[in-house]
Amino acid sequence: MSEAQNLDNKNQLDTATEAGISRLTPEKIKKVVDCVIKRETGVRFETYMQTCIHCGLCSEACHFYLSHDNDPHYSPAGKIKQTIWELIKRKGNVDRDFIRRAVRIAHTECNLCKRCALYCPFGIDIAYMMLVMRRILHKLAVTPLYIQDTAHSHSVTMNQMWVKGDEWVDTVQWQEEEAQDEIYNLRIPLEKHGSEIMYSVIAPEPKFQAQLIYQAAIIMNTAGIDWTMPAGVGWDNSDMAMYTGDNEIMGRVKRAHFEAASRLKVKKIVMGECGHAYRSVADMGNRWLGWSMPPVPVVHAIEFYYDLLKSGKIKIAKKYEKPVTLHDPCNVVRGAGLHEKARYVANQLCDKVVEMIPNREHNYCCGAGGGVINCGPAFKLSRTEGNSVKAEQLFNAKSRGAMTLIAPCHNCHSGLHDIVHHYEVGLELKFFSDIIYECMEKPEDK
Amino acid sequence: MTDKSAWDWDKGDKTIDTTGWSAQYKWVEELHAAPDGQTLAAVVNVDQGEFTVCVNATSWEKTFDKIWHLRFLNDGRLTALVSAMGQWTVAVDGSCWDNTFGFVWNPLFSNNGKHIAVAVQRDMRYCMALNDESWKTDFANMTYFALSPDGSKTAACVQVKDADSGQIQKFQKGTFTAAIDGKPWEQTFVNVWHLAISPDNRHLAAEVRLNLYDYTIAVDAKPWEQIYQSVWEPVFHPADGSVTAPVKSDGKWHMARDGKIIWNRGFVQLWRQRFSPDGSKLAAIVAPKFGRWTVAVDQELWAVSAKQMVTDLAFSPDSSKIAALFKSGGYWKIAVDGDLWSRKFDRVFTPVFSSDGRSLAAKVETKGKYTLVVNGKLWQQSCDMIWDPVFSPDGDKILIRFMKDGIYHRRIELTSNISG
Repeated sequence: MSEAQNLDNKNQLDTATEAGISRLTPEKIKKVVDCVIKRETGVRFETYMQTCIHCGLCSEACHFYLSHDNDPHYSPAGKIKQTIWELIKRKGNVDRDFIRRAVRIAHTECNLCKRCALYCPFGIDIAYMMLVMRRILHKLAVTPLYIQDTAHSHSVTMNQMWVKGDEWVDTVQWQEEEAQDEIYNLRIPLEKHGSEIMYSVIAPEPKFQAQLIYQAAIIMNTAGIDWTMPAGVGWDNSDMAMYTGDNEIMGRVKRAHFEAASRLKVKKIVMGECGHAYRSVADMGNRWLGWSMPPVPVVHAIEFYYDLLKSGKIKIAKKYEKPVTLHDPCNVVRGAGLHEKARYVANQLCDKVVEMIPNREHNYCCGAGGGVINCGPAFKLSRTEGNSVKAEQLFNAKSRGAMTLIAPCHNCHSGLHDIVHHYEVGLELKFFSDIIYECMEKPEDK
Repeated sequence: MTDKSAWDWDKGDKTIDTTGWSAQYKWVEELHAAPDGQTLAAVVNVDQGEFTVCVNATSWEKTFDKIWHLRFLNDGRLTALVSAMGQWTVAVDGSCWDNTFGFVWNPLFSNNGKHIAVAVQRDMRYCMALNDESWKTDFANMTYFALSPDGSKTAACVQVKDADSGQIQKFQKGTFTAAIDGKPWEQTFVNVWHLAISPDNRHLAAEVRLNLYDYTIAVDAKPWEQIYQSVWEPVFHPADGSVTAPVKSDGKWHMARDGKIIWNRGFVQLWRQRFSPDGSKLAAIVAPKFGRWTVAVDQELWAVSAKQMVTDLAFSPDSSKIAALFKSGGYWKIAVDGDLWSRKFDRVFTPVFSSDGRSLAAKVETKGKYTLVVNGKLWQQSCDMIWDPVFSPDGDKILIRFMKDGIYHRRIELTSNISG
């Protein structure tokens, strides 16, 4: 990937997106808008468009609004008004500058976190409206460079980081070997047909964070889980095409994931600590394919750890001593209601859990989700400055004793890492699996 | 297919005691039973970083740094992917191919078990190898692999033009194509997926994406004239050379043959189309409405449906019957010709027809124990592990391979003893 541009100037996008914008004509814009609205939206879209009474209750739900001194341009309704609403009002007759601003808002100033939907008296799902906007931008070929490249990676490899077929298997086998130094007969069974569980991860794990596969293997082997990982496509549960509006690739990636599970004849899929992947597997991707619910039950890591601890399959040798605070990822808390299970896990693992305020389904987004961090380093500053309210929330938890920040989601982890460093919050970041691995009884301890 | 007539079909039980294996080795991995049931094998660890294969309690002579993907071929040979001194190759019955590679994966086997193909990487370049012979051309990237039904040809999606990560415009001009036996098509595409080689080995078909939005099927590099919102994997007709694929247009999935819609209705979803072996029928898994799944045969829907999923659609070898697995409420049932068998299970594995289509059997699981269901009736044995059943050539007998209390059993039963 080429060196990142600095795009603090809001009237500028990355060069690839600018090139796309330069190719737009008024006719093309109108044609795409008409096509998407007519063929791909229906009652839901129309209802949302007509129901909003501009009450502004969504404003204070948005971390961008709160972090920009209540600037109404950053309120959810304000962002809709500057993008899809205006686009419809003008019947698609907008210019390149409008589209440039729409790219910036839809892709980098909204995390699709759905906190606004929680506070809307009518339950208007603004994230859905923003996804319609992104779909239009996809059809106009003006998706930001980094996330577009990620969608291309999905399309070729069915994973988000251009991990090749041999690299995936090689990395898993490498981690298996490493972990055998700790548990001599540990295995990461590849392609084991008829296992109870298929464990799937996101591509950053084999690419950059292979220790997470190692830790998962230690947990699985210690708990005596009958598990497998696919050796072919379908091992990656992530899906940035879901966020670029490339629904066809989203569906293709999700089909590969479920077909891997179906081919291996597993009873369920357990996925690592990733939020957007859960959304893609258990909400958007499955439904695009025609499954009302996941055809193979999908268990997020939080729920899996909850079951392991509750059933005693994993025992804690010594609790984690540093006080922790727990970040509730949007996609598995507002999206799947796992907040109490997350607290059970945290309290089982740690001596002291300091609640963030607000918390549970009211928690603030990390600022990275919804594909925003995937738009690349060019937008890092606007992303971190657009979430000073998160930093305040973290400072508050720290002032009440928290030293470690648990973020059971990859995007949250990365986003919070940037916030912690930008604002010099001084919290140590962990996944649940980091702490389980550190604190659990392992076979040699028994 | 494999000639099963020479197998021992005398009624009775042969056993192999595996209880001593774990003492013989540091650990024993998954057990694999040969198609004829006479042999039982597993990857075993003999020391730190030293593996071999145990076959009926006897080890292969050679040991390796790593072994994975142990599988029996349909002709009874035992194959695995093995590594020694950092180089990978294929081992068959303990003997290695002459060639070694940086990595090998995704093995493909011909139906008769005579041919083995693998994807290989050597010096970070990629190609296929068939029966120890590599393609003469290699590529920067390679995905989606295919072996012709007779095992004589290999194909893959390959990258023929460089495009570094982030060069999205270059990528969107098309850097991928399909290659058969190492020869790439001249035309490139944004994406190429799911290859099919014709039964006569003369044609190659693939799903292609022409730009970010337009999908179609390409046959021998030539795209169909029609473009679609999406497509799924193409299949060749067993006899007439036509290509059939699900295609999406106007928001619905349709069945298309050689670019023309052939079924008179669209679906929320449509995939896994299969021709009967004689080519007279075309069946597919379909969702006629959101969250409802069934089977369509020549565009006619079965009356039964499933809420969760339908899988494992298959014709009997004589083309007379069709079976599929239906999942609703977390349980699986078997459906044959549109009728659901009454029994439900926690899991059902791929159903197996007798060659004349009279009988159907499958491995099933209930509460962690395994048995067989044959023509809707349960075999009255509960096992720790069971393999897919195998019918005798006349279908009158059934080979049952199972584990119970550490003992492997090869049992021949009369089919009628189970199904009544």
